Amino acid sequence: MSSTSNSPATASGNSTANGAPLLELRGISKNFGPVQALSKIDFEIPPGQVTALAGDNGAGKSVTIKTIAGLWPPDGGEIVWEGKPAHFHGPRDAEAAGITTIYQDLALCDNLDIVQNMFLGHERLRHRLLDEGSMELSAKDTLKELRVVTIRSIRQPVASLSGGQRQSVAVAKAVMAKAKLVIMDEPTAALGVSQTKMVLSLIKRLASQGVAVIMVSHNLNDVFAVADRIVILHLGHMVAQAPASEFDPSSVVDYMTTGRSSRVPSAQAEQAERGA
Amino acid sequence: MPDDEFSSPGVPSELQEPPLSTELAEDETAAPADDLAVKAAAPEVLADSLGEYLQVWGRRIRSGESGALPIVVGLIVIIIFFQIERSKFGSALNLVNLFQQASIYILLGAAQLFALVLSEIDLSIGYVLGVGAFVVAELIASPVNFPWWLGILGMFVVTAGIGYIQGSLITRLHIPSFVVTLAGLLFFEGVVIELATIDKSAVGGVISVSNSSPVYKLVNDNISVGASWVILVVVLAIFAAVSLRSAARRRAQGLSAPPISITLLTIGITAIGGIALVYVCSINRGLLIPLKGVPYVIPFIGLVLFAYSVLLGRTRLGRYMYAIGANPEAARRAGINVQRVRRIAFMFSAFTAGLAGLVYASFLGSVSTDVDGGTYTLYGVAAAVIGGASLFGGRGKPIHALLGGLVIGVVYNGLALMGISAAGQYIATAIVLLVAAAVDSLVRRRGASEV
Repeated sequence: MSSTSNSPATASGNSTANGAPLLELRGISKNFGPVQALSKIDFEIPPGQVTALAGDNGAGKSVTIKTIAGLWPPDGGEIVWEGKPAHFHGPRDAEAAGITTIYQDLALCDNLDIVQNMFLGHERLRHRLLDEGSMELSAKDTLKELRVVTIRSIRQPVASLSGGQRQSVAVAKAVMAKAKLVIMDEPTAALGVSQTKMVLSLIKRLASQGVAVIMVSHNLNDVFAVADRIVILHLGHMVAQAPASEFDPSSVVDYMTTGRSSRVPSAQAEQAERGA
Repeated sequence: MPDDEFSSPGVPSELQEPPLSTELAEDETAAPADDLAVKAAAPEVLADSLGEYLQVWGRRIRSGESGALPIVVGLIVIIIFFQIERSKFGSALNLVNLFQQASIYILLGAAQLFALVLSEIDLSIGYVLGVGAFVVAELIASPVNFPWWLGILGMFVVTAGIGYIQGSLITRLHIPSFVVTLAGLLFFEGVVIELATIDKSAVGGVISVSNSSPVYKLVNDNISVGASWVILVVVLAIFAAVSLRSAARRRAQGLSAPPISITLLTIGITAIGGIALVYVCSINRGLLIPLKGVPYVIPFIGLVLFAYSVLLGRTRLGRYMYAIGANPEAARRAGINVQRVRRIAFMFSAFTAGLAGLVYASFLGSVSTDVDGGTYTLYGVAAAVIGGASLFGGRGKPIHALLGGLVIGVVYNGLALMGISAAGQYIATAIVLLVAAAVDSLVRRRGASEV
């Protein structure tokens, strides 16, 4: 139960109370052979906030989230989860700790209905048979908490849902699994305008329930619509991290494309500090 | 497009999103949300009345979730056709004979179902049937002379073992199931011949099943008419009580439940079917001596299909089978041991083929090396697919094996009555299979294009 030196998290692990980060990356590096995919990435993920992870193609967004999700062990640095150094030896470890990753394929079974998908792998039993009633009630409550109101029937197969609704089911599944951190990989990439709005409002609601959200996106409209904080990667380096209010779209574009920006003093200051 | 098209489950549309959810505002007013949530919560679907239910049902059929209706209609059409062609078709003797024959196809369809649901195929079931039939027959005949139940237990061990080996080859060596079970088809044909050769009591490769053995009686002996009616009434009463009670409980909990009229309709149709079945069986169908009552094989099939329905529909194992059939990667990420479930499915497939072998041995009163395993394999695939299981995985229920097996039984029986040659029977069955597979494929493509 030792908390690390510069983390004020209490031994109880309840980091929400004092605003300590839920997750902290300290000097995370990752190589693939001679290719340095990530070099000394540092950033913090506070609970109850949406952190956008922005960057151009090849900036290291996917490698970062896969490292957090336990798919790849980092080659250097430390992942601090709830104030304690964490070593995830696979996605199962990360999930057990409360980190759920929603990849673009969403990992839903088209032939199963919404309830069945939300409980896949965690079905409740009664008398050794599936307890559909209890699962349906819980699923209904979770969807209601998330204000997912567009679904006509939670007993319809997910094949019949729209892209945004499928995304909602995937999020609800994460909530159901009591995730503390939900990582979403390009959640709006395949969606139309109204569906995108629906998913973005869902992400906000998720964060308002105290869940930390990392949203990978290179769509700046989406980033500014929901993100509380923005972390920008450029060629495997963390070039800026600050509350979203300290950026504007043009400065983010500068960071994403060149790794520096002269337009925003405060963010620039942080960049200079990090770069030093 | 009519209004309801937009809300059809198969037609996801931007228009399904009520405007309020497109707001980025943190807090929508709770009242409309709750209202919609309540609506969303009454699935089966938003249907409070019979009319609405039928409407939703119509949408489901159009969007590819056709259920059992088309096949039931098809079956009735085929039956009417044969009845017009040959009045003998509807005689009690022929109908009971048809059931006895079809029970083999039904079990083979159920066997294939386990593979198909997982998006695999088991081509070996025809000769696993042969092996199962031989094991039972040899174990209960001299010189072994096991009691009947030990013979069936032996068959269970052997066939489940076959399934385990095939499943292990598929999951551990990653050989496609098509290849493993095709090899199995050849291998077990050899095993059947070998079993007949090493058994000295098998004269000319034939082992008879004693008339007094329960194995023989399974198909060839009948429950008395009185007992048949009593069993029917008890089963129907339990079925009605359980469905009404569970529907009432679901409604009380605010869960999705079909309208009461649908529950009553289901009970009514089941009752009519059951009464018709027992009635037909209780007509004297003996040519020389009186012969009436329900053959034991009918409740036997009913029990097997009921058990499989519970397994597939109400247990974790069954749920995982459907999940793997649709999206193995999602199943794996959900923490399901995908390969283990696959092996278990192949064990069920082989064991069910063994049960078909038991019925086969009973039906013929003997087993011989003539068993046409290749045709039986294909009839198994046909029964499952005609009944409504998908060749693309993830879809299919034991009731589909029942319906598909009955279709094959009716076609086979009807064409034989009409004096059509074996060649014609094969061709007709092939056409029925192709039509069913084409429907499956079209429905799937339509479903995919709509998503």
